[in-house]
Amino acid sequence: MSSVTGNPANVPPLEIHDLTVAYRNKPVLWGIDLVAPAGKLIGIVGPNGAGKSTLIKACMGLLPCSSGWVTAFGRPVAQSLNRVGYVPQRESVDWDFPVSVMDVVLMGRYGRIGLFKRPSPEDRRIARECLEQVQMLPFSDRQISNLSGGQQQRVFLARALAQESDMSFMEEPFTGVDAATESAIISLLQGLRSRGKTIFVVHHDLPTARTYFDWLLLLNMRVVAFGPTEQVFTPELLQKTYGGRLTILSEVAEAVRGQGSLT
Amino acid sequence: MTLIPEFQAHRVFVEPWTTELGSHGLMALVTFLVGATCGLIGNFLILRRMALLGDAISHSVLPGIALAFLITGSRGIGAMVLGAMVAAWLTHGLIELISRHSRLKQDAAIGIAFSTLFAIGVVLIAVFADKVDLDQDCVLNGELPMIPLEPPVRIGGWVLGPPPLLRLAVVLMVSLVLLVTFYKELLITSFDPGLAACLGIRVGVIHHGLMLWLSMVVVASFEAVGAILVIALLILPGATASLLTDRMIPRLAWTTVHAALSAISGMHLSVALDCSPAGATVVAGAGWFCVVWLFSPTEGLILRGWRYRMGSVDSRLRSPELSQHSETP
Repeated sequence: MSSVTGNPANVPPLEIHDLTVAYRNKPVLWGIDLVAPAGKLIGIVGPNGAGKSTLIKACMGLLPCSSGWVTAFGRPVAQSLNRVGYVPQRESVDWDFPVSVMDVVLMGRYGRIGLFKRPSPEDRRIARECLEQVQMLPFSDRQISNLSGGQQQRVFLARALAQESDMSFMEEPFTGVDAATESAIISLLQGLRSRGKTIFVVHHDLPTARTYFDWLLLLNMRVVAFGPTEQVFTPELLQKTYGGRLTILSEVAEAVRGQGSLT
Repeated sequence: MTLIPEFQAHRVFVEPWTTELGSHGLMALVTFLVGATCGLIGNFLILRRMALLGDAISHSVLPGIALAFLITGSRGIGAMVLGAMVAAWLTHGLIELISRHSRLKQDAAIGIAFSTLFAIGVVLIAVFADKVDLDQDCVLNGELPMIPLEPPVRIGGWVLGPPPLLRLAVVLMVSLVLLVTFYKELLITSFDPGLAACLGIRVGVIHHGLMLWLSMVVVASFEAVGAILVIALLILPGATASLLTDRMIPRLAWTTVHAALSAISGMHLSVALDCSPAGATVVAGAGWFCVVWLFSPTEGLILRGWRYRMGSVDSRLRSPELSQHSETP
């Protein structure tokens, strides 16, 4: 039996071949080729406009691709959606929306509930468990605008957990959150990784990128480098990714110095 | 001549419920059905930031209805809904086309698309006036006072009421069924379309379904209150409800309460001022909105002002029970 669902070790969670995405005939991503390993926490870094969130959206089929293809677990993404989770940027939704924290987490279950059905007690139990994991259970009845930025991000994370997916894409989960939430999120993600899940995280902060992620994807319209962090996080590759941007360069220098002092 | 007619308490407050129940009471029932039906779908338009699109569609159904009438020669509800749907999709397509292929933003595109289509409708009706049994006055203001005069539908020995009332009742029922059936999908595609798509929910299908539903609601409401006032009834009930609660189900319930209060107070207002009942209903609805805006226990201007003066922090910024997780927003 060479079933695609059977053997996760042989079937990569994500495979991208020659992916090009263009907005109004202007390419944003160009010839992306990569095969992601399973059970890794993967950071996507690159300068503004490098196409980081475009890559995520294209992987999930939310954007049309000019060329190339993407498969998740050996099948077109549209057929593996129940194994793929998504955490959009916190700012992308209206937090005044008239729903409670519980309602938002239950949305993560909608893909499994199916048409014409309501969330079952089992769905609610799973949602409560996920809220417990991000320490937000006491807030489950709260309307979502009555939350701080860090709490909102935890709710989004709980929703992603409720999806029970094998691979997740997260857009900048650490922007505008407090240090406690940041470390809570990263340890949760590392926990998922050690259970064999693959997690892609769009990330902005270079110094923490080195410590948070097992693998890094350095992106600037093309794939500059993709590999284990210790191999990819080098001054040459980072400079190649960020070009001649001065402020970034000094950040890179600082980050690399930090690395030097550790090794 | 006085500007405002003399106030007669008995005529204004008692007669609509007794001797005039068959006319004024019936009209109030019709405006309630319109307000409730429009209000329910209006909530989702507000949440999806499509309130203006509702406005656009409620106007641009006019050429659709006129064309449907010209082609089929009947005022059958099926042909009208079909015409309105085509017009609604055309408006939507036109808005997308203009905003995508020009420098204009969506608000300007909406302004162009619906006013053009509405004008085409007005011209069509004027040019084919002899063939189209729709007059402009009715299109703008509705024919609410005519509804009680229509011969009622009878099934067996039961008098069910005039056809427009029954149509509206059916549309309200259909709306409730749609709402209950697709509540989950409507909620998630309104809140987070990106996640919805990722979960395999057909965001585009839901969107077009909503447009179709909106066309149906607008066509059914159109003959009662007219094109101009439909938009008010699409937005006012939901907007008022949004100031009273921050949960979806109570919000839908308050929407219905607002529709009922507007219908009843609009009826009394129209009797008192001897004016168009549709107009009076919308004025009353706007009045209720203002009352809620001022006095709402959660969002009211007065309460917020008072809290501000007392120096207490807005409840939204109050630190939660687990204060170790809180930070400045």
